[in-house]
Amino acid sequence: MDLGGITEAVVFYVFAALGVLAALGVVIARTPVRSALSLAVVFLSLAVMYLLLNAPFIAVAQVMIYAGAVLILFLFVIMVLNPRLELGIGTLSTQTVAAFGITVVLIVELAIILSNAQLAPATGQFTPEFVSQAGHVQVIGSLLFSEFLLPFEIASMLLLVAIVGAISLAKRVREETRR
Amino acid sequence: MITVTHYAVLSAILFAIGAIAVLVRRNPLVMFMGIELMLNAVNLTFVAFSRYLNDMSGQVFVFIVLTVAAAEVAVGLALVVAIFRARESVDVDEIDSLRG
Repeated sequence: MDLGGITEAVVFYVFAALGVLAALGVVIARTPVRSALSLAVVFLSLAVMYLLLNAPFIAVAQVMIYAGAVLILFLFVIMVLNPRLELGIGTLSTQTVAAFGITVVLIVELAIILSNAQLAPATGQFTPEFVSQAGHVQVIGSLLFSEFLLPFEIASMLLLVAIVGAISLAKRVREETRR
Repeated sequence: MITVTHYAVLSAILFAIGAIAVLVRRNPLVMFMGIELMLNAVNLTFVAFSRYLNDMSGQVFVFIVLTVAAAEVAVGLALVVAIFRARESVDVDEIDSLRG
């Protein structure tokens, strides 16, 4: 999506602020349902980022898989468990302090790396003109079935294993409670 | 003008918030949400650099990461449900049966 410079900046900053605030909401919220709904806002604002970055297919996949499948799964599990015992962040233990310390170190490290980074020049063949002419989904699809065929097949095996694993985990518990 | 660095900074902030969620919260559901946040932050970096370098490999990789995230959530949430049914508790500090 090619917007003008000012429009792009406004959209970026609005949705970046929205995403960061919602991400903080995930951490701060006292009940898991509120965390999950904040997470939905993060997912949707990231989908807007992908649209800004000229990646419409990834944006649609983000909405369908994350905001659709993953989040609904979270909400179903919250509904099933109904964990009323949520306490928020809780008291300030040494573990919490250590966690914040580690995260501050992480942010400083990332800031130093980003400010010193020498970015390589753009050398790829998939310029925005090429992609918009060939079609975004077509380009990703042809890459997925040629250059990235092996990772694609491994991902499908992973999904199969995950399905079997999830079913067997849920089933074994039910047999145990019946006994 | 929004450059690739803007996206990288946003991604770093989201990753740090996700890490805080995993380290600070004691509810495994919220910890999983933190992991999802971190995966999303990495995805944003992938797409931003894919756009900047005119290279679609990053977007294909994001597609693979989406698959892994879906598989991880399915198995992880099944584990959470199994643990909750067995122990009636979802506090990760109380799940220490394997401690030596």
